[in-house]
Amino acid sequence: MKKDLDRRRFLKIAGTSMGVGALYTVWPSLGRSAEAAELARRLGAKTGEKPTPFTFAQLSDAHVGFDGPIGTRALERAVATINGLPRRPDLVLFTGDLTHDTEKPGEHAARMSLFREISGRLQVAKVYHVPGEHDAGLDGGELFRSVFGPTSYSFDHRGVHFIALDNVSRAKPEVGAEQRAWLAKDLSRFHATTPIVVFTHRPLFDLRPDWEWFTSDGDEVMNLLAPYENVTVLYGHIHREDHHTIGHAQHFAARSLCFAFPDPDKFEDKKAIPFDKDQPFKNLGLRVIDRTAGSAAETVRVQDVELAMSELSGTEGFDQLLKPATF
Amino acid sequence: MTRQSTFRVAAAGLALVASLLAVASPPARAQDEPRVIVITAKRFEFSPNQITLAKGETVKLQIKSEDVTHGLFVRPLGIDAEIAPGRVTELTLTPETAGTYRAICDHFCGAGHGGMKMTIVVRE
Repeated sequence: MKKDLDRRRFLKIAGTSMGVGALYTVWPSLGRSAEAAELARRLGAKTGEKPTPFTFAQLSDAHVGFDGPIGTRALERAVATINGLPRRPDLVLFTGDLTHDTEKPGEHAARMSLFREISGRLQVAKVYHVPGEHDAGLDGGELFRSVFGPTSYSFDHRGVHFIALDNVSRAKPEVGAEQRAWLAKDLSRFHATTPIVVFTHRPLFDLRPDWEWFTSDGDEVMNLLAPYENVTVLYGHIHREDHHTIGHAQHFAARSLCFAFPDPDKFEDKKAIPFDKDQPFKNLGLRVIDRTAGSAAETVRVQDVELAMSELSGTEGFDQLLKPATF
Repeated sequence: MTRQSTFRVAAAGLALVASLLAVASPPARAQDEPRVIVITAKRFEFSPNQITLAKGETVKLQIKSEDVTHGLFVRPLGIDAEIAPGRVTELTLTPETAGTYRAICDHFCGAGHGGMKMTIVVRE
């Protein structure tokens, strides 16, 4: 058997811009070798689920009910795009602000129902949600929980541990001591090399605090995750793509499905990018579209966005993961 | 006029000046009290929406809400206050660095929350 296989690439998560939000792919990259099968078996025995290839998508900030020109069209388009993929993702993660808040009696619940009706058309095995402040900031998450259940939870999928974190229901941008204690307990059963995907609404680091693009106890959350070598954080809230590497963790933001915010490094004020009626989905969903000359067909150009488990992240996690002593 | 009488006149004059100063100025204890700035928060604005301080000046911010709970957050100045209705929230502040700082409401207060902000200018 070849001994110099790049074991760091044994299991890899990559994100692709495929038209809406982001699509992430997880696959064992040693192929079908006997060694790969044995490693997968051992990893499965450790984490509870044998890693096998799968994809998942992140969608964010639909703001159903927001009085804007795009309405729910971007959300509906996202659902249609995912349903039209030749290989549908196993999971879709919504990272908050499913709805735009209102205090008109019954109206917020109606908006939540409309979101659920549209997103319910997704033809995927599982859809997961976390709230944004527009979903849960005024009522402490009561309406969200009545529709979608708990605002923080975790689950395993094919060898990857997913954690939903709520940093909006306390009205201030914080996770809170109680949820951090739950997180510490949740993480405690995993080995340091377990692939972990955290999905939440606000950034867990100081991206632009004076635009409220931060979580006040984000450092404490990331300290809990620091011992884990393969951590990816997916979030929304900022209505634009963003990627930061902080320590072991990769932080990715998805675009909004309603309106876009500008580059915080270039603008002093947080004002939505003006709607372009000639390009209604600009900055909202389709990241790159190639229109073939003379054809009405649109082709989405795929761009790899490497996540925490690739060698490009610099992590040595999978080298360590594959050391026999860790099993 | 003798030297002694001259001294007495001068002493009386000093006493008069001292008593006049005592009348015209607040008591010595009050001179140490920081300047008080009252700020009112209501959805979705602060009033005033700009205040100006001097670098090194200690001021007391008295913040009250006219409706729901708001926040006042300025990371560089170390301000992170909860402003509940029905009470006055007091903050004592001594800015050490001149600059223009954006203060935001960081307690979600409704659909216009994202635009609720004010400016704190700190002059040299």
